[in-house]
Amino acid sequence: MVPTHYYLILSAILFGLGAVAFVVKRNIITIFMSIELMLNAVNLAFVAFSQAFGRVEGQVFVLFVIVVAAAEAAVGLGIIILIQRNRQSLNIEKVSLLKL
Amino acid sequence: MPTPILDILWIIPLLPLLGAAINGLFGKNWPNKIVNTVALGSTALSFLAALEAVREFFEQGQRLVHKEFFDWIVAGSFRAGFDLQMDQLTVVMVLVVTGVGFLIHIYATGYMSHEGGYYRFFSYLNLFMFFMLILVLAANYVLLFVGWEGVGLASYLLIGFYFLKKSASDAGKKAFIVNRIGDFGFMLGMFLLFKTFGTLDFTQLFAKVEPWSHESWGIFGTFTVASLLLFMGACGKSAQLPLYVWLPDAMEGPTPVSALIHAATMVTAGVYVVARSHILFTHSETAMVVVAIVGCATAFFAATIGLVQTDIKRVLAYSTVSQLGYMFLGCGVGAFGAGIFHLMTHAFFKALLFLAAGSVIHAMGGEQDMRHMGGLSKKIKWTYATMLIATLAIAGFPPLAGFFSKDSILGAAFQIPGGHPLYAVGLLTALLTSFYMFRLIFLTFHGKQRYDEHHIHVHESPWSMLGPLVILAVLSIIGGWLAAPSFWGGEDHFTAFLAPIFGGAHAEGEAALSEAAVHSLELTLAVVAVFAALIGLATAFWLYLRQPGKPAEIAKSLKPVYDTLYNKYYVDEAYGAAIVKPLLALSTNVLWKVIDVEAIDGTVNGIAHGAAATGDVTRRTQSGNTRSYAVWVVVGALTILIIVFWPAIRAIAGGAK
Repeated sequence: MVPTHYYLILSAILFGLGAVAFVVKRNIITIFMSIELMLNAVNLAFVAFSQAFGRVEGQVFVLFVIVVAAAEAAVGLGIIILIQRNRQSLNIEKVSLLKL
Repeated sequence: MPTPILDILWIIPLLPLLGAAINGLFGKNWPNKIVNTVALGSTALSFLAALEAVREFFEQGQRLVHKEFFDWIVAGSFRAGFDLQMDQLTVVMVLVVTGVGFLIHIYATGYMSHEGGYYRFFSYLNLFMFFMLILVLAANYVLLFVGWEGVGLASYLLIGFYFLKKSASDAGKKAFIVNRIGDFGFMLGMFLLFKTFGTLDFTQLFAKVEPWSHESWGIFGTFTVASLLLFMGACGKSAQLPLYVWLPDAMEGPTPVSALIHAATMVTAGVYVVARSHILFTHSETAMVVVAIVGCATAFFAATIGLVQTDIKRVLAYSTVSQLGYMFLGCGVGAFGAGIFHLMTHAFFKALLFLAAGSVIHAMGGEQDMRHMGGLSKKIKWTYATMLIATLAIAGFPPLAGFFSKDSILGAAFQIPGGHPLYAVGLLTALLTSFYMFRLIFLTFHGKQRYDEHHIHVHESPWSMLGPLVILAVLSIIGGWLAAPSFWGGEDHFTAFLAPIFGGAHAEGEAALSEAAVHSLELTLAVVAVFAALIGLATAFWLYLRQPGKPAEIAKSLKPVYDTLYNKYYVDEAYGAAIVKPLLALSTNVLWKVIDVEAIDGTVNGIAHGAAATGDVTRRTQSGNTRSYAVWVVVGALTILIIVFWPAIRAIAGGAK
């Protein structure tokens, strides 16, 4: 059996990649994808713990996260399409009207 | 000495307060009639209550009544209560204040009927009555001081009654500020008395003082210092040298106010305090001499200024200052009874003079300059008659009130050792008084008419104004008979009545002379005084009726003297240069521009600027850039993780070693 900390290390790496990409990237879709990546890194950690402790709550949580992520994807993609329509750009720097 | 009677003593001052509150709070839109009812009603009821209190006082044998109504300030051994007391001195003062006050209220309903702020005027006037009654009824210095300050407040409000007029509001401020100087001394005097004797209650304090030894001339012991400090307060309130400057300016107020506050009652509060504290004063020879000299000097000094003033009310104002000087002279030579007697008669005739002057001003449609009057005697007969009576009274013609009271003061001054200079100056002042008062009469009522008849329609005042004039005229005639000297055939009821309070203070000088000698001396002095008054009358008659061009000639030939007198010895200017200007410069250049602008505003503004600067720096963290927030989130999460796992990390690092 694969030891739990392998999963956790993988999860941490994925999360780290997601976080870095979120900060560094400018394209909204890429940023969106990095958020999904972070969510799934967390899912992985949940499942790993669930399996390690032999309890089911972790997997239940994962289902919730998937549902929320799906909803978020729906709303988020809708917003992205509107941004594209209004500004003919997906560069996040251009969407900063509220900035000081 | 608790007695079951006089339990309603508190109602005497409280009634006018109630009137003031009702009119002041609700009277704004009331018609004059309702305001009149409230104001006159409360004053009349207060007068009746005072009469009832006096009746009870006599019924129980004229013993001091001391009532403690409630505790006001209690701290350690110090107690100041709302304590009222009634003794012979209070009887005189309460009756004068409520009686004359009531008459002037009636007069004011006529005089003020066309003025705006009618309810405000009567509210203030009632407020004044309240404080004045507290002042004269108080049984300790602290409560007396409440009344003392309160009448000052009412005086300020009423002088500045026409507050849109700058001179009026300035005069109000001047009165208030000059009085503060005196009050400063008054308070220090109270502190000193409390520190020395541990009480400020009149009865207890004076009982403790009695056995102490007297301080002779030149010794500045407790009594001298305390008396002089109290006298400083009295100088401010009663307009004596050097603090008299506010009173002439106070004539900016409506005439009934001048009559009530600045002639009959408030300004006599200083005399009252000196008489009330006579035990302190008689314990210090220095204080008595100072009181006598200041009084005498003020009497003369103010009379000389009064000689050349042209504003009818200002002549009366200087006359008031001068007469107050007489009262202090009386107190200073130990004749407290005579001083208080003059206070009472002066209240009658000076209130009458002011009210009659108000009637003249009313008739002339607001004109106050005597140079623009003349020949009014035919047109306003009642005013003329009453004013003439008051003038005869103040000038000291027998058998009117002023003759007796002035005579007893001068007599007392003559009889004390070393009092002859005081007597001489007092007599000269009497001559001057007679002169300037008849000058006023001749300029106003006799001679050629010097106003434009087409513009000014001279008319007699309504009866609401003439009624009080007539009553006061009667009082001015008969008021003196209470204390007719013995050669006059009457008895000196007044001095006898006040004797339980002032005791034998008067007897010092008289003891040396036999009764017959006293009689002939009094008669001589009286004849001399009448003669002086006649000279004043004759001079005024000659100068202002026989030779109307003469006064201007004299003024021209004695121009420096005339100018000095006309400008009131330049005292206001001197005070301005010596005190007001430096104070103003200090306030402007140091207190305002340095301390206020630099230090205080600087601190406040500095704090604000500091906050803004901090904000300017820290707002950069709130960039609105989502990704920078994300970085902060990551950094924060990492920090928390490191903190949480720090022990584990250390253990691993340690284990590795």
